[in-house]
Amino acid sequence: MSVSLRVLDDGAWVSVNDAREVSVSELWRLDDPSFCGCELPDFVVENVLDVGADGRTVSAKVYGQCIACGHAGVPGWVPVGRLREGEFVDIDRERVVLPVRRGDDDE
Amino acid sequence: MPTDVERWKSEVYGNEIREHLLEFAEQGWDTIPEDERDAWFERFKWWGLYHQRNGQESYFMMRIGTPNGVLTPGQTEVVAEVADEYARGPAENPIFGNGYVDWTTRQSIQLHWIKLEDIPEIFEKLESVGLSTQQACGDSWRNIVGCPVAGKDKHEHVDALPVAMELNETFKGNDDHSNLPRKWKVSITGCREGCGQGDINDLALEPATKEIDGEETKGFNIRIGGGLSRNEPRLARDIDVFVTPEQAAEVSGAISALFRENGDRDNRYNARIKFLMDEWGAEKFRNVLQEEFVDFELETAGEDLRSEYSYNSGYANGGHADHVGIHEQADGNYYVGLNVLVGRMGVDETKELARVADEYGSGEVRVTQRQNVIITDVPEEKLDALQDEELLDHYSPDPHPFMRGSIACTGTEFCSLSIVETKNRQVRYARWLKENVELPAGVEDFHIHLSGCTASCAQPQIADISLRGMKTRKDGEPVEALDIGLGGGLGENPNFAEWVTQRVPVDEVPGAIKNLLANFEARREGDETFREFVARTDEEDLAELVEPEETSYEDPMMHNTKRTWYPYAEDDSMDASPAPTHADGTPITSDD
Ligand code: HEM
Ligand code: SF4
Ligand SMILES: [Zn+2]
Repeated sequence: MSVSLRVLDDGAWVSVNDAREVSVSELWRLDDPSFCGCELPDFVVENVLDVGADGRTVSAKVYGQCIACGHAGVPGWVPVGRLREGEFVDIDRERVVLPVRRGDDDE
Repeated sequence: MPTDVERWKSEVYGNEIREHLLEFAEQGWDTIPEDERDAWFERFKWWGLYHQRNGQESYFMMRIGTPNGVLTPGQTEVVAEVADEYARGPAENPIFGNGYVDWTTRQSIQLHWIKLEDIPEIFEKLESVGLSTQQACGDSWRNIVGCPVAGKDKHEHVDALPVAMELNETFKGNDDHSNLPRKWKVSITGCREGCGQGDINDLALEPATKEIDGEETKGFNIRIGGGLSRNEPRLARDIDVFVTPEQAAEVSGAISALFRENGDRDNRYNARIKFLMDEWGAEKFRNVLQEEFVDFELETAGEDLRSEYSYNSGYANGGHADHVGIHEQADGNYYVGLNVLVGRMGVDETKELARVADEYGSGEVRVTQRQNVIITDVPEEKLDALQDEELLDHYSPDPHPFMRGSIACTGTEFCSLSIVETKNRQVRYARWLKENVELPAGVEDFHIHLSGCTASCAQPQIADISLRGMKTRKDGEPVEALDIGLGGGLGENPNFAEWVTQRVPVDEVPGAIKNLLANFEARREGDETFREFVARTDEEDLAELVEPEETSYEDPMMHNTKRTWYPYAEDDSMDASPAPTHADGTPITSDD
């Protein structure tokens, strides 16, 4: 089943199969001390830059900042949901600690 | 690889979107095939329709382009009627009610809660008086901005209004220029005050004089590549070109064509012409323009009037900082600029505005880049009676500086990019500041601009105090917050605000402004303006002068207003959203 994933409205949100699923202004806890030095960066999403799927995991690359220390930038790929039979299933992004993958496709 | 948006644009874009739009309108929002929604919503922007945010599906914001901010006699009334009939939503705004008109920072109009099914009727009504939504959003020539009193102003250098109208005629619906890599914002001014704000537009034509064949010729210098968005603000750069009013359209078209051919279509974040200008520099830009896009020899720049610029400048050089107030026109009549707090006016007041403009002036209304309106052509003998109209009690020609200086964008009420609530908050701020804070002696212009995110639609970076949406934690809880910037302004030597204090909880911002103003007053030298004070104070010291603090101001919207379907609804949770809805407002259910 083909799934369409895209970033729309100048990085405001992630579209999965033409529905809005992930939006700027969310607060994520990132498991990525290398981002800013905070143990679990308290990260506000300001702009979505890219979205992709790796198997069943949908991940996004976003610009934002850690609201604890102010460091701004782009962490690696952050999982934002899963695909189950072609449907997007949310994870409760504001309440879990999200792993960050600094993969080979990182700039 | 071209983006999906570019692919959709290459399939259907520009004028031809209209027939599809009208067809979907006939058949209903829910007949747009589910897997084509993204594509159609992207295309609808070109016809001025922008899908409202998450939780408000099937409702649109609609922009109406009013070139140079001019609404000719009869148009304001129709705008009010359209808003009255079609711009009412499923929930009420506690300050503005239900049914209102937003006068925007680019001298146009934005309505909300528009249903696709109403578009045919709306277009018919608008078009019956010569109004249009064409290219009001999307990747093309946007509403052309300029001095809102062009042709009326006593001291203007050239009347740029005919040129603005010629550009509008030439480039709206022009297939050669309807599919550009990104939005294309054009400003043209002939006045001495800089109120076209050319510096923050993609293409700016600014008043100048050039000696050509021994004759002093009036016309325009050209600047390219300004813009405020995405933490990448740029001032437009001088490309050393002068054009006469007769050449303006041809050369503007050449520049738009250069952008069309050379702008980045692979990456929308890098597509605005400011990035091409970063890459090329002004000299290469001029060379490419001359060699590949223009058939005659371009003149070098003429002598400009920038040293006289006062609009949004933060300098007290005797010129106007805005258009509020009563001013004599060149023809001996007067124009009366009314302050519209954060640019939003209820439908009944907008109807009143139309009536008052008709009764006392020529019926014309003009919109400024400070979200205000102007009634033009009022004979001197009618000024007193006009000032007695009740409308002017609420939309004053002589407002308090905190009311006068307030600008705010759309924010979490409707906008998908937003991080915080904006318009209502700025109204609350302005009212609190007016009651609780004294401005230092003689300070009449003090601008506070609030934008809900870095897109900067409220032009925060060119205000005395710049506010930009952020988040922070307060007592462990996430709350809406604002970054605070200081000392931005246009004028002869424009500069953007320094962001000196980050992530101030929204309930501590009024206290921060109060303390900052007290600190300014204590350190002020002579009658310097706030911008001048900021310019001579170093950044660390400035940060210390801000001092955020809780005060008697209370903010009812501290929580994450973006997670509501509508922040002011009784039950604001996403699950309570009626959207998407049918034309009559009833929810569309899956078994429909
Ligand atoms: C759904 C989201 C958006 C909403 C509701 C919105 C709203 C507005 C409004 C009401 C205006 C005055 C408009 C006019 O007359 O044309 C405006 C202007 C502006 N918009 Fe937006 N906008 C949105 C998205 C964006 C985005 C994505 C960007 C940038 C990438 C942006 C950048 C600007 C800027 C810089 C201005 C004003 C300053 C200027 O033109 O120089 N906006 N916006
Ligand atoms: S500045 Fe941001 S929040 Fe405000 S209207 Fe523009 S895009 Fe929306
Ligand atoms: Zn941090």
